Order: sequence, then C-alpha cells, then structure tokens
Amino acid sequence: MSALSFLNYWFVIILMMVGFYVLIAQGNLVKKIVGLNIFQTSVFILYISAGKITGGTAPILDAQWSVYSNPLPHVLILTAIVVGVATSALGLSLVVRIKEAYGTIEEDEIARMDESL
Amino acid sequence: MVFNPCKKKVGRWIIEILINVFLLSMLAVTALIVVRTQNLFAVAMLTGIYSLLSATFFTLLDAVDVAFTEAAVGAGVSTVLMLGTLSLVGHRQKKQRTVQIVPLLIVTVTGLILMYGTLDIPPFGEADNPVHLHETTVHYLEESSHETGMPNVVTSVLASYRGYDTMGETTVIFTAMVGVLLLMSGRRKDEIGGTDDGE
Amino acid sequence: MESNPILRIATKIMTPYILLFALYVQFHGDYGPGGGFQAGVIFAAAFVLYALIYGIETARLVLPMGVATLCGALGVLIYAGVGIATMLLGGGFLEYGFLDSHDAEHGQHLGILLVELGVLTTVFGVMVVIFYSFAGRGRVEE
Repeated sequence: MSALSFLNYWFVIILMMVGFYVLIAQGNLVKKIVGLNIFQTSVFILYISAGKITGGTAPILDAQWSVYSNPLPHVLILTAIVVGVATSALGLSLVVRIKEAYGTIEEDEIARMDESL
Repeated sequence: MVFNPCKKKVGRWIIEILINVFLLSMLAVTALIVVRTQNLFAVAMLTGIYSLLSATFFTLLDAVDVAFTEAAVGAGVSTVLMLGTLSLVGHRQKKQRTVQIVPLLIVTVTGLILMYGTLDIPPFGEADNPVHLHETTVHYLEESSHETGMPNVVTSVLASYRGYDTMGETTVIFTAMVGVLLLMSGRRKDEIGGTDDGE
Repeated sequence: MESNPILRIATKIMTPYILLFALYVQFHGDYGPGGGFQAGVIFAAAFVLYALIYGIETARLVLPMGVATLCGALGVLIYAGVGIATMLLGGGFLEYGFLDSHDAEHGQHLGILLVELGVLTTVFGVMVVIFYSFAGRGRVEE
C-alpha cells in the first residue's frame, strides 16, 4: 500500500516535470505559458492528494459522516488557482504586446532582433 | 445490519484505484501531446482538457470546492483567454529542434531530487498522518460549526479564519486587472490613423 | 454569429439561468461547494457568452468597460470596508463577531456574506475587463 502511495506522488512529479520541460525548452511564448499552467495544476494535485484521507469525505460537515478530508490544503490551493489565472492573464497580455512590437513570438527570433539593434 | 466490511471496503478501494490510474494516465497523455504538437489552437484546447481532468481528479480526492474552482477558472476563463490571445498572435508554432539535451537534463535532475524528497512523505490517505492530527486542522473541523455556524468548512476557513489571505487574493486579482488594462488599453500602433488614446 | 437564429435565441434563453446559477452558487457556498470565486466566474461567463454571440460592441452597450472596471475596484472596497466597519465597532480588523452586538455567530454569518459579495464583484469585474481587453483589441479591417 505504501509503495502504491509512492507511485501516486511520483506520477504527479512526472507530470510536473513535463510542464517544467515545456516551460524551459519550447521557444514559443504562448507554449511557455501553457507549460507554466500544466506545472501549476500538477502542483495543486500534489498538495490535494496529501490532504486526502481514504474513507473520508469532502469537508462539509454532515451528521452521517465522522471522517473528513483535511480542509487546509483546499483553502491554500483555492487561492493558488486564482493567483495562477491572474499570472496567466498578465503573461498572455505581455505576449500580445511583444507580438505587436517584434512581429513574432518565437524566442530565438526575438533574441536575434534584439542583438541586431 | 450484517455485512462484511472488509470485502466492501476492498471492492470500493479497487474501483477507486482504477479510476485514479485512468485519470492520471489521461493527464499524462494530454501533457505529452502538448509537448509534441505545433498547432497552438490544439494546445489551448488541450489545456482546457487538462484542467477538466484535474478537476475530476480533485473530486475523487474529496476536494469539491477546489474542483469547482479549477473547472470554472481553468477550463473556462483560461481557455477563453488563450483563444483570445491566439486570435491576436497567430496559431502556428515554428518547427522545433527535436529534443534539447540541456533542458531535459535539468528536468530529469529536478525530478529525481523531488522523488528523493517524497520518500519522507507519510503514506497516502492514512488518517494518522501528522497533517491531520495537527491542532489547527482539529480546531477548524470541530469548532467551525459552533463559531461560524456554517457546514462548509472550506468557506468558513477561507472567509473567516483566514480572511486576511482572501483579502490579499482579491487584491492580487484586482492587480491583474490593473496590469491588463495598462498593457492592453491603448490602440494598436499599426492602426491606420489611430492615436494612442484608450477607452 | 449574430445572423444564426438558433445561437441568438439559445443565448437569450440561457443567460438569465446562468446568472441565476451564479447567484445560487454564491449564496449556497455556506452549505455546499461554492463561494465567491466560482460565482464570480460563472457570472462573468454569462456576459462573455453574450459578447461572443452578439458582438463586442453590443456587449459594451449592455455592460460598459467603465462599469466593469468599477465593479473590480468596488469588490476590494467592500472587503476592506467590512474590516474597517468591524474596527469602528470596537473589534479588530475583520473580526466579524462585532458586526452583531447580540450574537457573535450571527455576526460571522453577516460578515462572511458581505465578504463573499465583495469577492464576487471583484472577480466578475476582472474577468469581464480581461475578456474585453483581449477580444476587443485591434480589428483593423472592419
């Protein structure tokens, strides 16, 4: 059972690393922001799975249930989701402005244009 | 009422494991396709699918508030934003060099370090993990109905016990609005005869 | 998309139910999953749907950019205002128990209701402003 729980966490870490790879390896700016989103969502899955109790239920108090999953990670991740969408909105508006200034959103072309100034 | 609790629990446990594995593998497939594809429109759609799958996964992990927010914000607003950006920016990605060694190395090393770090995490789902026995959690779960009178513990913690954090979060999203207005309020510079006056 | 009668009529029928559902999620956040953020996003989604079907200019007549910006700021003001109100009534910042002089639990209910209302207004305003900024930008050839 504990080996299975390790597999759970390691799988989520693999998802995180896929998002991280997209963030640092791809040249297209929009795809970088997509990689950031995937990274963030996988981190949320990691935190929420740390708060789960098998046999428990959602933390909404009810007379029939006695075991509830931990509400603290839920509160933290709710804030993190909203902050994540704020970051994405700002990042995407920066990408739009970069496109209008340089005419392209590929990172290497932008670097070349900056060097040739 | 006589039934065998062990058998029922094992049966439910197996179904939960199967759904768990299925959702995680769908998440992995979606993430891998995002790496490989070059059509940015497909990438935006796949991000929405990723958010929706993770919202389903959150429901499986008993995090119903988080699932609701992730589905609304991730699969709703984020997808609209990305499609709006793609309509302004163009939706084809330049052909990428196939595999880049240095980022792959960095990612592998980081992943291995994180996996080594998770060896200390207490096993998944046990009721006697330290995080569940801490006095803060116990206090919130037991006293929330007396002190605030509402059954949803997440809302009472978010709005009452941790009200400062929620005020900071509201300010963060207000700042995002200010930032987007600052960046996107002027007219496009290539508009014929257009001046730089905003709305 | 305005010339398509099915989309037009479906949007007109669905919009009030979407807004009503957003209010349901907001007020039942105490008893089930829900709360200010989800409700704000769903509320904004109704206006985004309207803007997609009927065009940005028509949507801007219904909900001007200035009103949406005002909503974004108003929500933060409501939230901080509740905190200041509790301070004026003798308690600390955001100590909801002081909002009702007889019953602390009643004060908590009132405080949480007002605070979630502030969050709803801010999130609604911000989502609409961001959508207008992205979608209304630079259609040069009209």
